[in-house]
Amino acid sequence: MLEQLNKLPRLPTLAAFRNLSPLARREMQHGLLFISIWIFGFFAFTFLPMVATLFFSFLNLKITDGILSTPDFAGIENYMRLVKDPLVWSTGATPGSFWVTVRFGLLALPIGIIVPLILALLMNSPHLKGQMLFRTLFYMPYIVPFVAAIYLWGGMLNPESGWINRTLMYFGMAKENVPLWANDVSWVYPAYVLMGIWGVGNAMLIMLAGLQGVPTELYDAAKTDGANGWQTFWNVSFPMISPVIFYNVVLSIVGLFQYFQVPLVVNQGTGRPGGHTFFYNLYLYKTFFTYQDMSYGSTLAWFLFLMVLLVTVLLFSTAKYWVHYSGEAR
Amino acid sequence: MNRRTIRNLTRGLNATYITGLSLAILVFYLAPFAFMVFTSLKTSGQISALGSPIWPAKAASFDYNGAKAEIYKVPVSTCSGFDANDTAIKNLAAVKKGRQQTTFVDPENLGGGEIICKVSWRALDRPWVWAAAWENYTEVWKTLNYPRLMWNTTYYAIMTEIGVLFSCTLVAFGFSRFRFPGRDFLFTVLISTIFLPGFVTLIPTYTFFQKIGWVGTWLPLIVPSFFANAYDVFLLRQYFMTLPRELDEAAMMDGAGPLRILWSVIIPQSYPALVAITVFHIVFAWNDYFGPLIYLSTNRQAWPISVALPIFNGIYGSQPQLIQAGALMAIILPLGLFFLAQRFFIHGIVITGVEK
Repeated sequence: MLEQLNKLPRLPTLAAFRNLSPLARREMQHGLLFISIWIFGFFAFTFLPMVATLFFSFLNLKITDGILSTPDFAGIENYMRLVKDPLVWSTGATPGSFWVTVRFGLLALPIGIIVPLILALLMNSPHLKGQMLFRTLFYMPYIVPFVAAIYLWGGMLNPESGWINRTLMYFGMAKENVPLWANDVSWVYPAYVLMGIWGVGNAMLIMLAGLQGVPTELYDAAKTDGANGWQTFWNVSFPMISPVIFYNVVLSIVGLFQYFQVPLVVNQGTGRPGGHTFFYNLYLYKTFFTYQDMSYGSTLAWFLFLMVLLVTVLLFSTAKYWVHYSGEAR
Repeated sequence: MNRRTIRNLTRGLNATYITGLSLAILVFYLAPFAFMVFTSLKTSGQISALGSPIWPAKAASFDYNGAKAEIYKVPVSTCSGFDANDTAIKNLAAVKKGRQQTTFVDPENLGGGEIICKVSWRALDRPWVWAAAWENYTEVWKTLNYPRLMWNTTYYAIMTEIGVLFSCTLVAFGFSRFRFPGRDFLFTVLISTIFLPGFVTLIPTYTFFQKIGWVGTWLPLIVPSFFANAYDVFLLRQYFMTLPRELDEAAMMDGAGPLRILWSVIIPQSYPALVAITVFHIVFAWNDYFGPLIYLSTNRQAWPISVALPIFNGIYGSQPQLIQAGALMAIILPLGLFFLAQRFFIHGIVITGVEK
């Protein structure tokens, strides 16, 4: 899907339209007619709201203001506030929401890539019996609705009655040493990661499909050259599925920048314990929905957009060094 | 042993290792489901009882002469009428408890009469028997107004489904079957909307819907689904591009217009992709929390299950069995659908994830 974005197509020149034959012109009219639904939707629900968000970020606006009231022009006031906002940038005992997001991301991203990759390698093993069944069962938790999964894991991670701590105590951990998970500053991220791991089925299937697409000749050649298991993985499988991994890395990072529904439900959006679950998007959510501050909310939203844009552009520019596209046109 | 036997042996061993390892991981991976089922069938007493097993259980008892006699695990060596060296342990019902000696009967052999054992009943363990509290489900059903929630969630899924199928089919057809300048550019714009953080469009959109009085209704959730989305358009376009153009051209020769070709040539060949989109979308709608939360939380009658569950859990925070029963009731339908349509799921994921 992402290779589409690697070869950024240029906007057509006016000449391209002028030189169309009547038949081609007719084809263009039909094509545009069919996609016009999306073009309209894009303007109404994406482009105009984005411009409006940018506009709002330079005003002083509350959601309670009437449509016809003249809003205050705030200049770059909101952006000055953002740059200095301790709720975003603080590095003290109560970390700012930007650092909360980054810290959690640094833990969750590698796990979210490596775990499904290992599972996919297992599922792809010719020695595995009942591959279909395993595949289905590993995918299954992905279907569980988000809210239900949260409560399910809330129970599993309950410090007293949850199975995780019961297992730890069964293996001899003292009752006063067991982690308090969602209420424990040092265990709340691992708790979130565990909940996240439960949904890796999708990424696993995508990676598995990638692995199955590797031509067997390549494996045969590696075998002839005397490559061992790790060498085969690192020099054959990994480059061949690097586009798939790239796809997952990009989508994970974009998703992690927007992470907030889990803390919103698990810790009721309070940021407990100790502000460590006060994610950037949670702050944004509260700024708009709780404090009804449209302008500062819009500022936070645009800044989020710029960060995501920057990271995706950086990722795409590194892609040519490690993502292997076999160059076949499909 | 010749070479082939050795090879077969290693292969068998590898199969055992790999399958065994996968099985072990799978057990951990799916344990939460067992946790949910077991917890949802316990009473609150069972959850807090010390030393109780992980499955729903109560301490065994026995009806003896109209009274309830508790069953204990008794080492028979202490009892009258048994060999003092007998190491067996029997499940006996205590009819007369004492500190020095306790009178038991054997529930499996009442004719044997009373058995007196020189043991304090307090020192004995009790066996656990299966005891499922099915009433948790009736309680959740009533408190949650479950049929209403199911209907709301299904309604949301179906209405947006219609929108998605209608709009994405048309748009994907436009992108896959017509050549025109700027097409690839527009398609790239469409794909890049996947990376757009939802919040950068949310504030004006929400404010707009609020000003026109749509907050508290289904409309803000349903109407945008009629304007196509990147994932489903991509999936359908990839599928349409694999269909041979010859059939289109033949239909065109017969004088069929583009809509006619879409309807009678493309769609009949595209059922696998259309079914994949349908099931994905149902799962998405079932899963969706944030959209319904912000647009519907003021309208209790319209709550889908994802919004109702956290509120229900706020009330029942201290009763884990009801929370788990509620969660289980929320996942039954999507899981059932998944098992019915798993072939389409897997195919659809492969198209969006692997193809370029």
